[in-house]
Amino acid sequence: MKITFDWLKDHLNTSLKEKFLIDQLTNIGLEVESVESLSADNKLFKVAKITKTKKHPNADRLKVCDVDVGEKDMKKVVCGAKNATTGLITIYAPPGAVIPKTKTKLVVAKIRGVTSYGMLCSESELNLSDEREGIVELPKSKYQKSVGKNYFQNNNPNSIDLSVTPNRPDCLGIRGIARDLAASGFGRLKNSKEKKIQSKIKHTLSVKITKEKGQGCSVFGSCLITNVKNTESPKWLKDKLISIGQKPISAIVDITNYVMLDINRPLHAYDADKIEKGIIVRNSKSGEQFTALDNKNYKMENGMCVISDSKGVLGLGGIIGGTRSSTELDTKNILLESAYFEPKSIRKTAKKLNLDTDAKFRFERGIDPLSIEDGLNKAALLIKEVCGGVISKIDVQRTEKFKAKTIKFDLNLFEKVTGLVISRNKILKILEDLGFKLKKEKRYLKLTIPSWRPDISQPIDIIEELARIHGYDQIKTIEPIKKRHKPTLNKTQKLFHFLQRAIASKGYVEAITWSFTDSKYNNLFKENKKEIKIINPLSSEIGVLRNSIFSNLIFYMRKNLNRDIKDLSLFEIGPIFSGSNPGEQETVIGGLRSGKISRLSWIEDDRIVDIFDVKKDIIQTLIEAGYDRSKIYIDDTTPNYYHPGKSGRIFINNEKDKIVGYFGEIHPNIIKKIEIKTESLVGFEIFVDNLKRPKKLLRDQKKVYQVSDFQKSERDFAFIIDRNFKSQELIEIISSVNPNLIRNVDIFDVYEGENIPVDKKSIAINVGIQSLDKPLNDEDLEKVNKLIIDTVEKETGAKIRS
Amino acid sequence: MSDLKKIRDEFLSKLRSKLDLSQVNQLKTELFGKDGLITKQFKKIGSISVSERKKYATELNKIKDELQNLIISKIGEIEISEVNEKLKKEKIDVSLPERSIIRGKIHPVSQTIDEISSIFSEIGFSVEEGPDVENEFNNFTALNTPDHHPARDMHDTFYLDEKKQKLLRTHTSPVQIRTMINNKPPFKIIAPGRTYRSDSDQTHAPMFHQVEGLHIDKEINMGHLKGCLNYFIKEFFEVDKIKMRFRPSHFPFTEPSAEVDIGYKIKDGKIVIGEGDQWLEILGCGMVHPNVLKNVRVDPAKYQGYAFGIGIDRLAMLKYGINDLRAFFDCDYRWLNHFGFDPLDVPTNYRGLSR
Repeated sequence: MKITFDWLKDHLNTSLKEKFLIDQLTNIGLEVESVESLSADNKLFKVAKITKTKKHPNADRLKVCDVDVGEKDMKKVVCGAKNATTGLITIYAPPGAVIPKTKTKLVVAKIRGVTSYGMLCSESELNLSDEREGIVELPKSKYQKSVGKNYFQNNNPNSIDLSVTPNRPDCLGIRGIARDLAASGFGRLKNSKEKKIQSKIKHTLSVKITKEKGQGCSVFGSCLITNVKNTESPKWLKDKLISIGQKPISAIVDITNYVMLDINRPLHAYDADKIEKGIIVRNSKSGEQFTALDNKNYKMENGMCVISDSKGVLGLGGIIGGTRSSTELDTKNILLESAYFEPKSIRKTAKKLNLDTDAKFRFERGIDPLSIEDGLNKAALLIKEVCGGVISKIDVQRTEKFKAKTIKFDLNLFEKVTGLVISRNKILKILEDLGFKLKKEKRYLKLTIPSWRPDISQPIDIIEELARIHGYDQIKTIEPIKKRHKPTLNKTQKLFHFLQRAIASKGYVEAITWSFTDSKYNNLFKENKKEIKIINPLSSEIGVLRNSIFSNLIFYMRKNLNRDIKDLSLFEIGPIFSGSNPGEQETVIGGLRSGKISRLSWIEDDRIVDIFDVKKDIIQTLIEAGYDRSKIYIDDTTPNYYHPGKSGRIFINNEKDKIVGYFGEIHPNIIKKIEIKTESLVGFEIFVDNLKRPKKLLRDQKKVYQVSDFQKSERDFAFIIDRNFKSQELIEIISSVNPNLIRNVDIFDVYEGENIPVDKKSIAINVGIQSLDKPLNDEDLEKVNKLIIDTVEKETGAKIRS
Repeated sequence: MSDLKKIRDEFLSKLRSKLDLSQVNQLKTELFGKDGLITKQFKKIGSISVSERKKYATELNKIKDELQNLIISKIGEIEISEVNEKLKKEKIDVSLPERSIIRGKIHPVSQTIDEISSIFSEIGFSVEEGPDVENEFNNFTALNTPDHHPARDMHDTFYLDEKKQKLLRTHTSPVQIRTMINNKPPFKIIAPGRTYRSDSDQTHAPMFHQVEGLHIDKEINMGHLKGCLNYFIKEFFEVDKIKMRFRPSHFPFTEPSAEVDIGYKIKDGKIVIGEGDQWLEILGCGMVHPNVLKNVRVDPAKYQGYAFGIGIDRLAMLKYGINDLRAFFDCDYRWLNHFGFDPLDVPTNYRGLSR
């Protein structure tokens, strides 16, 4: 919403400066988005006359003009406008001037080899209108003698752009803004005693609102003005419209626009001679069509509110008029409409037809239903003044009578909610200034809500009005109390944060990617999960919710590899989805590593990252998070996006209840399919929600501290065992031979090949044996040794290697 | 001169000359070997008269100790100097690079969430979360958003069904609703998380992060709201003074509503928060609308309080001088390494939010 201080002063008596106005508008909730100066350098823009034009030597479309700007020498200006002809009076901007539209500062420039001193401007460049074709053509009769003088005579006011919140339709009119300002103490609202038409002439055109279900129009006021002569608007009106960036068109259009901008009362003018047998306001029937003023043809569905005559639809009520009945410069008789359309109906129709107009914007927010006659009076009298003619009586058709809303307001509520204390008198004054009618009862105020405030319906709305107008800056800051009633994070959240940093501390860089993804990538990782489509995605590349943490991560892995970064470790912690219902999601950590370890190292041989790197990362993280390594169980059942032979599945206890993670090489087919170029790609997933949160605190989970100072003995064993036998089980078997004596079981070699049968492997193990309560002699050790060998051979079918 | 004395003097002088290890060992054998001079003298003791024996033995032991100690220290000296000689040859170029380091990083958004949680923790807020997929009721209706509100449009919200019942939450405010429906007042929570809007350009991303705050109790008024946000902003930007402006605005779920601007200036191309006369909008807030309380069965006659919503990404951008929102989610390894945080840098109250 654009306004000027000058225009505000039509409604506001104030002696305050514009600087304060800007602050005050923002303070009362009418945020100033920008202040645009139409007149900043306006003294630089001169009325000028082209005295000679010549074709540009190097460009067919350009001309070199000699321009008289009232100085001794002619200015040489290069210009591309077709209408730049000798004798034309136009507007010249010298070097140094800032073009209002583009905000660019002119400099002396060479254009295709010819130096141009300044430029000749179009209306659009000067924000005079949207006209971009050609340069300004000033009427000779008027400007002949003004060559060399400033074009902008009076200091044009600044145009102030406000962001009006959708609950405040009343502030879509200058008067509404003035009212708010006055209530806040910024001047006094002028009385608006609009002159009345006071006509005795009959309104001869019949107007009917049909009574039907879903009728979107409840009041239709109108008057006829006959024998008008539509013309150019007077200067004051044109200036006013231009000052807020509107383009003047013709007096009748400009006047209806003016009334709309001034008091937020949209009007529509019909050429009365083009209306066949009166107006009928009714619901449309499916298939009806009309050509609107935007020159587009609209096909209607059932139940849209249309203004029609006997021939058909004339316009969409409150949204847009039609070409068939539009006013032209030669229009003689007009019908002026001032109506009330239901916001809901407007919204529905405009949405279905994908139409957005100024009138629609206002009606859907709610127009003052009591402004119908004011609007007609104001506009009709102005039309008569400018275009002549005879005004008829006003005719108002209505299907409903307006009933003002009232509320009971408890004055104490204000302080309770805002913490602000203001006097009863001040409260009364603010409300009165805002247009409320008050009736004082004991503890309550009975308030009649002004007809222009559809947003107000309950006491909290009144509190907001008072706080806003009195000023939020008056509210005293209450320091927060530093007291905690509940832990900040629960166990799950603590685990989340712990794991996030634990993974990062293993060298992974955290990424945050969209929760949605490309189904192409998602399909690679979704297995048998349900695809969850977004029905209105921004693009197909982000068309589905991710079923896996890998779908985006691998995409960005690839993107980074293509940037020629080879050794990457990326991770993300976030949601993946299993269904489209709230809650059908889980938190997952995914990590991917590519390339090599110790690439280009002078001291170590490089090697590719492998599954035991990621296995270490995930296991170490779990241990750090408090899970017991000896209980972690691993098998090799994994999803199809991992290498079937080089991937594992993790459980945090031997009971294998919930899968807490996977690790392994990414399936070579996937790497091939999405064309990832790297020596190696390995990854892991941790399903955070499947990690059991121990009930006990970590300090309570720990065993009693117990160490032994007796001699520890070490024995090495080598077993020949089935190639598929899991080393994890071998360790388990040995450890449980005598948990009191066996301190560690470490595999230090695995060998297949020469001297070992094809389906076997050799595993070399170091076992540490130590007692808590006595030194062990050879005999004791020999017993343990024998037990280990016997048990392993018996339980696994392995043979000790001699 | 007795034999002993002779042996002593001879060997002492030999041992004092410059010798290598083998020469010392040679002398050691000559003295203490099987047929060594000293060994022989000990063997002689038995043949010496009883009256002489004691004196002789004392003398012999004294000389033995003297020579033995000298040999030990001589050997020690030689070994040290030999090691020193050897070490001189082992000198390496210590300026060669260390073994390769890989350093992980925490994303600036995650870091900022931790900072925010840490600040609000101090003044008694706890962290709540909710699902990314929400139903229409929690995201809009319960929050007093009218049926026709533009936010419900297809071009603002991502929907998962044609009936527009399931959607990706457009703010973290539905966590308010969930918290209030499932618990009893008072409430004092923040809810950070992912949020989604059908919007994508230089300054908007289809996914972004928000932290919602809610404080409901019997006597919580706008003064508390101001105090809370003033505290937060000051702590977050780690400045002593902050210029803040509460400006009336409109949201369906709060009333009175406000937008909060903070004062800033641009100095040497960088933004300085808390000074200057430029205003920057950073959050929306207000007193929770009585309709919202009614919708979650909290009695607005008994309870009232405030709520706020802050864009986390935007806060991170301001604090850490990041100027492109899109880069947050583009996963450029170089960007993540540049703007990311060391995992050991956990924001805490006692150690400070940032280094």
